[in-house]
Amino acid sequence: MHLTLLSIDWLLLIEKCVLILIIISVSLVIAMYETWAERKVAAFMQDRRGPNRAGFGGLLQPMADGLKLFMKEEIIPTSSSKFLFVLGPGMAMLTAMMTSAVIPWSSHFHLFGRDVSMQIADVNIGILYIFGVVSMGVYGIMIGGWASNNKFSLLAAIRGASQIISYELAMGLAIIALLMITGTLSLGKMVEQQQEHGLYNFVVQPLGFLIFLVCAFAECNRTPFDLSEAENELNFGYHQEYSSMKLGFYLFAEYINMFISSALMASLYFGGFDIPFVNDAAFGAHFGQNPLAILQVVSLFGKIVLFIFFFMWVRWTIPRFRYDQLMNLGWKVLIPLALFNMLATGFIVLLKAHGWHF
Amino acid sequence: MGITQVLFWFLSILAILSAILVVVSKNPVHSVLWLIVVFVAISGHYILLDAQFLAIVNLIVYAGAIMVLFLFVFMLMNLNADTEPQKNRWLKIAGVVTGGALLLVLVAALKKADMKAQLAEMGHGNIGLIHNLGAVLFSDYVVPFELSSALFLSAMVGVVVIGKKD
Repeated sequence: MHLTLLSIDWLLLIEKCVLILIIISVSLVIAMYETWAERKVAAFMQDRRGPNRAGFGGLLQPMADGLKLFMKEEIIPTSSSKFLFVLGPGMAMLTAMMTSAVIPWSSHFHLFGRDVSMQIADVNIGILYIFGVVSMGVYGIMIGGWASNNKFSLLAAIRGASQIISYELAMGLAIIALLMITGTLSLGKMVEQQQEHGLYNFVVQPLGFLIFLVCAFAECNRTPFDLSEAENELNFGYHQEYSSMKLGFYLFAEYINMFISSALMASLYFGGFDIPFVNDAAFGAHFGQNPLAILQVVSLFGKIVLFIFFFMWVRWTIPRFRYDQLMNLGWKVLIPLALFNMLATGFIVLLKAHGWHF
Repeated sequence: MGITQVLFWFLSILAILSAILVVVSKNPVHSVLWLIVVFVAISGHYILLDAQFLAIVNLIVYAGAIMVLFLFVFMLMNLNADTEPQKNRWLKIAGVVTGGALLLVLVAALKKADMKAQLAEMGHGNIGLIHNLGAVLFSDYVVPFELSSALFLSAMVGVVVIGKKD
């Protein structure tokens, strides 16, 4: 047996590992500071001050919270099924992290004589991969809720899972309309197209974006769709029995999901890493590739921060839906709207293909 | 062994082991979870064959949607060891014998199937890519494709009719 294992492109492997490490740590740090930002935004909306004791402006508060979660006593209920009880938060965290693999964070850096792409995997099914991982994300909630052996947890888990499945449909239909226009599933190519046209997909697909946005809220279990953690009905939701860092994982996974779905919306509908009002190619030719790539990262993160703020803004403005209202909105409003959007888009694409001009 | 072979053996062993655990597990919820592992392993095989679309659709539809419905049912039915009827030992033996007989028939039937002419293309085929798949579905296989979508539509209408309250 010869060692063909050694014929792998080791540099590529190292490059990807470093990139994965960076993106995961960035996601974690962003999720940490999302908790801080959420409390600050909430305080701002309710005319309070929010956390302001630990560090300047409460900036060290997430560290203190994390430390507290690590130090707390870890309780695994005796009547729970132990392995699954631990697996639940792990699954939630894993699926939240995995979606970041196909998002293009910037064009590419030119380092050590290599073009280092800022996308972990440019697979040609890009957007479908995200759907696959998101549909796996249901199991984090379901396994945790069931393994807790608590009626409220189970009810909350089933609510959460059925909500996610229902809204996934409308989300998929909204994406199909976008795919008809772009003609590719790869997120990297979609961003490139938007850069070339200079016209963001948001302008072409306003209805599709709206549907996608609403569904993203539902997929992240954020208010007004946080039916699975409705305190007044279900105590604390599917993570009722969890304590310590396992609870922390569930809460963290929600914030990472929010970050990733913001990145996704920015990439799909708002040009991704494209710098607004600037011709990126000309800028790169003038100032060099690396400064351009850095600015593109900054631009993408600017867009992401705006979306995250929007998530929080909605959370502290709109009250929670009732469960039947939630299902009615999903099945009777969003899916027909998305279907209509799909048909209309298909019609226009067909007309354009036959030489009609608008 | 190249990386493809390492992955192939890993995925195959994972698939077979978890398939056995699906049958052996006492708790039906555990069985469903092992079945999800089987689906994930099979999706891995699809990716090795460069059928990425099939892999991800397998994940979304089977592991993501159908298995969730299975879990719903099992979690709400409250199946315990005491409520579940215990099967007779002879019934189990009879099941093993008939299953083994079926395996024998399958092996006998497939022994002559000529597999050498259709070697799987590992890592470099492009039949499974979404572009080619779509072209084939809408040209060569358009009638079966449309028929099956009509079937799905009628099933959906049927569900709505049954699900209506009055």
